[in-house]
Amino acid sequence: MSYLEYAVKTVPSGIRKVLYLNWPLVFLLTAICSVGFMMLYSVAGGSAQPWMEPQMERFAAGMAAMFVVAMVPIWFWRNVSFVAYGVSLLLLVAVEVMGEIGMGAQRWIDLGFFQLQPSELMKIALIMVLAAYYDWLDVDKVSRPLWMLPPILLILVPTALVLKQPDLGTAILLLSGGGFIMWLAGVHWAYFLAVIASGASLVYAVMASRGTDWQLIKDYQFRRIDTFLDPTTDPLGAGYHITQATIALGSGGWTGRGFMQGTQSRLNFLPEKHTDFIFTTLAEEFGFVGASSLLGLYALVLVFCYVSAMANRDRFSSLLILGIAATFFLFFSVNMAMVMGMAPVVGVPLPLVSYGGSAMMVLLGAFGLVQSAHVHRPR
Amino acid sequence: MRRSEKDVEKSAGIITRRGLVLGGLQFAMMGALGLRLRHMQVEEAAEYRTLAEENRINVRLLAPQRGLIFDRQGRPVAQNDQNYRVVIVREDAGDVAEVLDRLAGLIPLTPEEIERTLREVGRRSAFVPVTVKDQMPWEDLARIAINAPALPGVRPEVGQTRSYPMGQDFAHVTGYVGPVSDYDLSKMEDPDPLMQIPKFQIGKSGVEARMEELLRGKAGNSQIEVNAVGRVMRELSRTEGTSGKNLQLTVDAQLQNFTQARLDGESSGVVVVDCTNGDIVAAVSSPSFDPNLFVRGISVADYKALTGNKYRPLASKTVQGTYPPGSTFKMVVALAALEAGVITPEGTEWCPGYLAAGGRRFHCWKSGGHGHVNLVGSIQQSCDVYYYEIAQKVGIDRIAAMAQRLGLGTRFDLPMSAVSEGIAPNKEWKRKSYGQEWLVGDTLNASIGQGYVLASPLQLAVMTARIASGNAVMPRLIKTVDGFEQPVSAEPLGLNPRHLRTVRDAMDAVSNSRRGTGYGSRVVDDQLLIAGKSGTSQVRNITKAERARGVTRNDQLPWERRDHALFVAYGPVPSPRYAVAVIVEHGGGGSSAAAPIARDVLLAAMTGGVPPLDAYPASQRDDIAARFDAMPMRDQFRSGSGKSRA
Repeated sequence: MSYLEYAVKTVPSGIRKVLYLNWPLVFLLTAICSVGFMMLYSVAGGSAQPWMEPQMERFAAGMAAMFVVAMVPIWFWRNVSFVAYGVSLLLLVAVEVMGEIGMGAQRWIDLGFFQLQPSELMKIALIMVLAAYYDWLDVDKVSRPLWMLPPILLILVPTALVLKQPDLGTAILLLSGGGFIMWLAGVHWAYFLAVIASGASLVYAVMASRGTDWQLIKDYQFRRIDTFLDPTTDPLGAGYHITQATIALGSGGWTGRGFMQGTQSRLNFLPEKHTDFIFTTLAEEFGFVGASSLLGLYALVLVFCYVSAMANRDRFSSLLILGIAATFFLFFSVNMAMVMGMAPVVGVPLPLVSYGGSAMMVLLGAFGLVQSAHVHRPR
Repeated sequence: MRRSEKDVEKSAGIITRRGLVLGGLQFAMMGALGLRLRHMQVEEAAEYRTLAEENRINVRLLAPQRGLIFDRQGRPVAQNDQNYRVVIVREDAGDVAEVLDRLAGLIPLTPEEIERTLREVGRRSAFVPVTVKDQMPWEDLARIAINAPALPGVRPEVGQTRSYPMGQDFAHVTGYVGPVSDYDLSKMEDPDPLMQIPKFQIGKSGVEARMEELLRGKAGNSQIEVNAVGRVMRELSRTEGTSGKNLQLTVDAQLQNFTQARLDGESSGVVVVDCTNGDIVAAVSSPSFDPNLFVRGISVADYKALTGNKYRPLASKTVQGTYPPGSTFKMVVALAALEAGVITPEGTEWCPGYLAAGGRRFHCWKSGGHGHVNLVGSIQQSCDVYYYEIAQKVGIDRIAAMAQRLGLGTRFDLPMSAVSEGIAPNKEWKRKSYGQEWLVGDTLNASIGQGYVLASPLQLAVMTARIASGNAVMPRLIKTVDGFEQPVSAEPLGLNPRHLRTVRDAMDAVSNSRRGTGYGSRVVDDQLLIAGKSGTSQVRNITKAERARGVTRNDQLPWERRDHALFVAYGPVPSPRYAVAVIVEHGGGGSSAAAPIARDVLLAAMTGGVPPLDAYPASQRDDIAARFDAMPMRDQFRSGSGKSRA
C-alpha cells in the first residue's frame, strides 16, 4: 500500500516513527529471547560460552535489523515481495545444486557474520509473496480455481525443494504457513476440506494397504513410519531421545528443580539440549510454572499480532502479520508438541529460545515487517 | 490509486472472520499444550522424578581396608602397601602416543606396555583412565609428578596391595591373597557385593583364607552422579566401609625366622607350642615360598619351580603333613599301660632283640637286645620289645584312647589350610577303613608308632605339651582379634601325676643321661635343660635278607626311602614352658637329624633370641657358633641375641 491508497489523517514520519512502534511486542520478544539466554547459560553448565554470548550478539543484530525493517514503509516490502521470493528460491536451488556438486548436505550459505539458511528466508518470503498476491487479487476472484493455481505453485515449489534436502520440519511449516494465508485471504473452506479429506484418505489407504496384495509402499518404509510415529518402538535411536526428554519435562514438577539443577540436561541425557530440546531444560529447571509462563509469552505475542492485524485496514499488512504470527505459532507449537511426545520428532527449533543464528535473525526480521505494517498502517 | 472503501471493508471482514477461526484453533492448540504440560509436570511428576534419579545415580563400592596380621610381639606379618600406578586419560592427553613417548623417557616402559596402553586407550571412552604401569617404585612416581606439566593426561594413582614383610617365614601360616576367581564365587552361597570389584583380593590359603570374613571388612559405597555416557560428574554421598579386623597371631616372628633359617631348606616341619596355654609360637614348614609372588600373580616358571621341587615347598608340613610318629609314640603306650594298671614303673621286660608273634619276628632297633629294661630305660634307650610286650597287655583300644587324650588322631580347629586329623587307630577304625579284623601284629607295629599310626608335627607338639604340663592344652593360633584376647583352654588331663612324672623322668633321661638317645643334643645350662624323645620311622619294609646281611645305612639309600627323623622335646625341665616337635622328612635317625634342631629351636624359644653358646656342651660350641653364623636369618633378628633366661 501507500498512503495514497487510503484516506489517512496522520502520517508518522522520520524518527517519530519510533513512537508508533508496537512497543509491547518489542518487550515480549526481548523477554522470550532473555529466557533463551538464561537457558543457554544453564545448558552450557553455567557458562556464557559456547552458546549464550553468540546468541546475544545475534539478538542485538536481529533487533537492529527489526528496527531498520520497521522504519521502511510497508509498501516497499510489498513491492519487493516477488524479488524476495525469487531470491530465496534461487538460493534454495543454489544450496541444492552445491550439495549435488559435492559440498555435502550443506543447507546454508556462509555470510561471514552468520550462516544463512535459504529455507529460513523462504518461510517469510513465501508469506510476503502470498500476502502481496492476495492484496493484488480481487477479493471476488480468490476462490476461482485458475486464480488458485499461482499461490499453490508458489507454495509447492519451495516445499518440494526443502523436502528434498530433506527437511521435513521446514516443509511442514511452509505448507501450513501458505495454507494459512490462503485461508485468511478467503479461499472457500470447501477446498480446505477437500485437501484435508483427500490427504487423510491417502494416508488411510497407504496404512490400510499394509500386508495386502496391493501394498502401496515397501515394508521398510512402513517400518520407518512406525518409528516416526511412535519413537518408543526404537528405544535406542529416536526413542531414547524422546524418552529422556519426557523424563526431563516430567521431573520438573510444579516449580522445577531450580536454575542449573536440571540433572537430565546437565548430565547430557538430553539430546540437542541447546537447540530443539531446550524447552525440556526449561521445564525441568523451572517446572510447570516456568514452562507455562513461556507458553503465555508466546500467546501474548500472538494476541498482539492479532490485535494489530485486525486494526489494520490494509489487506497486505493484515495477511502478512497474521501469516507471520501463524508461522511463529507453528514453530513453537510443533516444537513443544514434539518434546512432549505429542508429535513426531521433526527438527523444529523453539523460536527465539533455541540456539541458532539464521532462525533468530529471520524471525526478528519478520517481526520487523510486523512492526513496519503496524507503524505504517492507515490511520 | 485509491482503494474503494467497499473492497477494504469486505476484505477486512473476511480477514477478521477467518482470523478469528484460525486464532481460535491456535489458542485451542496452546490450551492442549498447556494441559499436556500440566499432566506431565503436576500429575505424573513423581514418576518422572524417579526415572530421572535412576538415570543419574550410580552406586560404587568402596573396598574396605583389609585387616592387618601381626605376630605375637606386634610385628607386621601381613600388611597393605601403597601400590603406585600411573594412568593416562585420552581426552586430557591429546596425542596419547606422543605423551607415552615422553613418559618412556622418564620411567622404564617396554614397547609391549606402550602398545597395550595404546590399544586399550583406543577401545575405551575418552575420559576413562587406562593403567599404563602398575606396581611402580616410589621414585618413578615422584619423577612423573615433577614432570607433570609436560605430561598432560598422565596421573599417578595410589592403590593398596597386600604384602608379607616376613616373606617365606609365614607363608604356610598366613597364606596369601589373590584375585577372586569364578571358582571361588561358585563356592560362595551369598557372595559379598565386594566380589564384583574387578580383581578384588580374597584369602586363598592359610589364615588369610580361613579368617577371610573377619579380615575383609564391610564394603562402603559412594553414590555418584553419572551422565548419559557414564562419566562421573560428582559424588553425592559417601559411606565409608568398615576396615577388616586386625589379627594378632600367637606366632613369634623372631622364633619363626630363627627356625626357618635353622632348617635352611631341609624338607621338614617344626611346631613349638606354649605348654601353659597352647599358643603356637612357631610353625615352620621347610622349604617355604614367598607368598608375595602369589599376590601379584605368580609366573608360570616360578610356579613350576615350586610344584616341581621334590621337597614340596607348597605343602604345609606342620599341620597338613602326617607321619608315622615312630618312637615318639612310646610315651602314649607307656601312659596307657600305666593308667590301665597293667605295668608299674619299676616292672621290667626282657628284650632279646626281637619278639616272635603271629609267626614272624618283630625286631628291636638294637639287634643284640637291651636285656632287662624298665619304663624309664625303655624310653631312654628306645627299646622296642618293651613296647611290644606292654602293648599286648594294654590292648590297642586303650592305647588309641590315650593317644586321643594327648591330642593325636584329633583335628584341631586352627585357621590354617588343610589341618589333618591324623590316625590313632583302634579295632573299630580298622574294621571301618579296611573291613578287616585287628591283628596282634598291628598292635605291635602301632606300639612303636609305625603301621597305621599317623600324626602331624602339630599333634606331636601338643602331645608333648600335654605330657609336660599335665593339662589338655588346646593349640591356639589367633592371640587377639582387634585387641580382644581370644580364649585359651588348658583343663587338667586327669592323668595320675605320678605316671606323668615317670614319663617326664624318662624323657629327661633321654636327653640328660649318658645312655639316652638324645644325650648328644643335651643342654648344659641348668636353667634351660630340655627333655625329649627321638623317633625314627621307617618308610620301607626291611626284608629278612637285608636284616641278615645288615640293615642298609640311610645315607646309602635314595632320599625318598630314608627314614623320617623325629624328635619331640620340652623345656625347661624344672617348669616346662615350651614343647617342640620336629620332623625331618627322610632325614635318617631322629637323635642325629631331628634332636639338634629341636634343641636349637627350644633354646631360642626359651631365651627369646639366638641361643647363648654357653647352653651347649663345651665340645660342640665351635660347630654351633659356625652354624649360627652361616644361618640365613633376617638381619633384624640376628642382632637380638637371646636373654639368658626364658
